[in-house]
Amino acid sequence: MQYILKRLGFFVVTLWAAMTINFFLPRLMPGNPAIAMMARFHGRLSGAALHSMEVAFGVNTHSGLVPQYFSYLGNSFTGHFGKSLTFFPTTVASVVFGALPWTLGLVGVTTVFAFIVGTLIGIFAAWHRGGRFDSVLPPVFIILSAFPYFFVGLIGILVFAIKLNWLPQGFGYVNGVSPSLSWSFIGDVLSHAVLPGATIIVTSIGGWILTMRNNMISTLSEDYIRMARAKGLSPWRIMLDYAGRNAILPNLTGFGMSLGFVVSGAILVEYVFSYPGVGYMLLQAVLNEDYPLMQTLFLLITVAVLVAVLIVDAVTLVLDPRTRGVS
Amino acid sequence: MSVPALSTTTLPLDREPARRSGGRALFTFVRTVRSSRKAVFGLAVLMILVVLALFPGQIAPDSPSAEIFGPGLGPSAAHWFGTTSYGQDIFSQFVWGTRVSLIIAVIAGILATVLSVVIGVSAAYLGGIADGVLSLFTDVFLVIPAFPLVVVIAAYSKNGGTAIIIAVLVATGWSYGARQLRAQALSLRNRDFLVAAQLRGERRLKIIVSEILPTMTSLIVANFLGAAVYSVLAAAGLQFIGIGNVNTESWGTMLYWAQNNEALVSGIPLWAIAPGLGIALLGGAFALLNYAFDEISNPALSPARRKVRRR
Repeated sequence: MQYILKRLGFFVVTLWAAMTINFFLPRLMPGNPAIAMMARFHGRLSGAALHSMEVAFGVNTHSGLVPQYFSYLGNSFTGHFGKSLTFFPTTVASVVFGALPWTLGLVGVTTVFAFIVGTLIGIFAAWHRGGRFDSVLPPVFIILSAFPYFFVGLIGILVFAIKLNWLPQGFGYVNGVSPSLSWSFIGDVLSHAVLPGATIIVTSIGGWILTMRNNMISTLSEDYIRMARAKGLSPWRIMLDYAGRNAILPNLTGFGMSLGFVVSGAILVEYVFSYPGVGYMLLQAVLNEDYPLMQTLFLLITVAVLVAVLIVDAVTLVLDPRTRGVS
Repeated sequence: MSVPALSTTTLPLDREPARRSGGRALFTFVRTVRSSRKAVFGLAVLMILVVLALFPGQIAPDSPSAEIFGPGLGPSAAHWFGTTSYGQDIFSQFVWGTRVSLIIAVIAGILATVLSVVIGVSAAYLGGIADGVLSLFTDVFLVIPAFPLVVVIAAYSKNGGTAIIIAVLVATGWSYGARQLRAQALSLRNRDFLVAAQLRGERRLKIIVSEILPTMTSLIVANFLGAAVYSVLAAAGLQFIGIGNVNTESWGTMLYWAQNNEALVSGIPLWAIAPGLGIALLGGAFALLNYAFDEISNPALSPARRKVRRR
């Protein structure tokens, strides 16, 4: 219980930190860049929408910093993020929620897949330590993980889309088709997801393999493993139930912590493939100086990572009895 | 950007550290490199890139920016990697680009490491409320997705150039190292040699600098290497999307122009491939060295019992 409360507390503090960063960044920059942006809204906005954005960026308001800060926090919690400059007059909230499913589908699925498969490969590599498998894979993946995500994506496009013409070059689905729940549309979406998905998997799986392998090697030298062997348990049971289950614990924490980095890389993958997700929107917002959209997407990405961290915490709770017994 | 995953999350908490006097970082470095083939390879690649960065004019005499050749030429004896659609020599751009990419990696890596050491070690050494606050601060920065934050900061400070990029990379790159260093410093706290130093009446700062830090050399070096990999990749990503000064001679900027001119489709793939491989080589060299240091400073590869630390 105490563990859960602690983690929830961390969630709230981090969220607050992200919102505070959002609030102060434009104000800290020399000559508040948002003023120029607000000028471009001139005459297009009125009433409450205008006011909430003036509060968010500190433009044209006569109230002090502290009241501005609190009304900004209030607006954020009630979902009043203002309008998007790029997609005017659409509200920021609806742009963001249109992009979210694409990212969750692409980045969410591939990240979890890379983690699970990478962990399994790591377990096998450590179990057969020094074998052929183990001596080839780690160096290969160290090198691979040094490749920028977007560069792997570019090479993927060059080889599979341009040279071989097997897969589409980008976008979420064929241009001009209206999204529907038909089989052909789903197939279309899947074929568009193959290249960006493979890019994320190839560049992120190496880290999981390496860390899992190293954790596993140190776990295998524990006394309880020797004990399990002495009892004559089957190798599979020792590998997965005894060693694997314990070795994965530090990696789970690592998974939660590294998610932010995976999401970061995925942003560039979406950009390279013009994939209509959150990361692509974020970069569009940056290029168009659409600060309201940019702020909201940054908040949303942070929330997504935090939720994932909470889920990881819950899994840890299940796998590691020690976290349950704290209080 | 999966940098943190490269070094393991386990730490040599219970291992008795070899006690060394200060200023032996170089010795540790040389010994580690000599002990591993991966490290030798990584160092060799790094050295080649350093040479390119130091003497670009001697290696590639053509100007990297002058638009004086035929546009979109294929590779030839005159232009090893061909020319861009603007008629610039791609090989020259590649060689000259090494400098900025390397400088960003090294400076951002060093500054981020210094910040990690200061925050991580003081958290562990001060303990109590100070530790709680600093650890929370570290964890918050660890979880907030770095790259979107970098993008947001860089977007507000337009045309900031290389200095701004380095500053954001440091601000977002220190937290992982601080967490690791704190954990190791905690494990040192009650060691005999520290107690002895306290009993001798040494000042706190002196104990930290001349007793604690030398025992953590390999972890600090590993952290520098990790931060450098992160900086290489993140800087390339930022330059690729056109943040910062797009007229800098760097690999990320090359990729930006290549992408904007659709180099892959229009038959000049080397314009994008050369800088991409450069980034991968530089990142890979740091990562291989990092892995070698991990093997030294991590008991995972020299069996030792350890506890999983929970907060």
